[in-house]
Amino acid sequence: MDLYLLILLIFMIIGSIIAIETKKLLSSVISVGVVGFSLSIAFLMLKAPDIAITQIVVEILILVVLIRATISTDNTAIEKHWDTFSFVSSLIFFGLFLVFAFLAVHDLNHFGHPLLTVSKRYLAEGPKETHAANIVTSILLDYRGYDTLGEATVLFTSIVGAFVILRRRGRKKKSEQDIEKVGILQDGDIKKNFGEIEGDDDGSTGGR
Amino acid sequence: MDQLAADKSKGMTVIVKTVVRFVIGIIVMFGAYIVAYGHITPGGGFAGGVILACGYIILTLAFGRELALSKLSDTGASILDNTGALVFASIALLGYIGGAFFMNFIDHGTLFHLFSAGIIPLCNVAIGIKVTASLFAIFIALSIFGRFISKIVEEEEEE
Repeated sequence: MDLYLLILLIFMIIGSIIAIETKKLLSSVISVGVVGFSLSIAFLMLKAPDIAITQIVVEILILVVLIRATISTDNTAIEKHWDTFSFVSSLIFFGLFLVFAFLAVHDLNHFGHPLLTVSKRYLAEGPKETHAANIVTSILLDYRGYDTLGEATVLFTSIVGAFVILRRRGRKKKSEQDIEKVGILQDGDIKKNFGEIEGDDDGSTGGR
Repeated sequence: MDQLAADKSKGMTVIVKTVVRFVIGIIVMFGAYIVAYGHITPGGGFAGGVILACGYIILTLAFGRELALSKLSDTGASILDNTGALVFASIALLGYIGGAFFMNFIDHGTLFHLFSAGIIPLCNVAIGIKVTASLFAIFIALSIFGRFISKIVEEEEEE
């Protein structure tokens, strides 16, 4: 099992390097997708089906959104400039990171033996105390409810922020006519003769 | 739906539309199952919510934006997002009935039953609604939103 996991990890590293180095944006996005799906298989091998389901589904969603976003742009990779200072400094910092990471990982417990002893109590008492057969859910929503609330808050804030930025509307008086509109064109707006500036897309990639 | 689906100019080809018409029910059912059985089988509110959002996104991709927006508009998605977050926070606050924040105050029931584990399934449903609405809203914002300018201004600029 460890050998298969190692092969999968090497495959993921190769995929990420291809995603960085390739010139075409679409190939890069597909390589990122390959890394995500391999990660999902790795989670399944480590016997974590909850995270595997979440990982594979989020990966599909992100792949669709990214392909939808990149398919209309012919954005090629930036040309490389050789910069000695940035190369040397990044090499030094990567070396420092490796040294400290080695020291930190060396002090950790072995794989599968967690540092937090409270997790043993969750595993032993979880089904009895919460009556939820899925222990992951019982930890997420009962023992660690605060964490889930914080996660939901982060998601909520990011979505609200993105919505506010993407559908900005200037302040104007009620009697004034709209000059510019950001968002989705409604039926009432068409009467006011709005024209789309950017490329027309009907929410599908079929025609391209 | 049939009237809009018959409009061949929107969305993808007939093959894609037919396959989506078969698959969409199964996708939504599976997402609802993952949300509802989150406390018994692997899954939960977040994973199920993402599957439901994928259902809406496949509708958008296959049938064009009009049909998907008639099912769940951007304003509706925003309202659902806020509702889900509010319900989740209210469940957490209602824990004060039992004595503490996030207290599991409802009767726990029997292990392996659908109606068990107190507030956990309710939280799952709230998170599922929230994640569905917010991810679909972000997909709309990233892919459909555009900038529109009044033609009167353009004419004035040309003159």
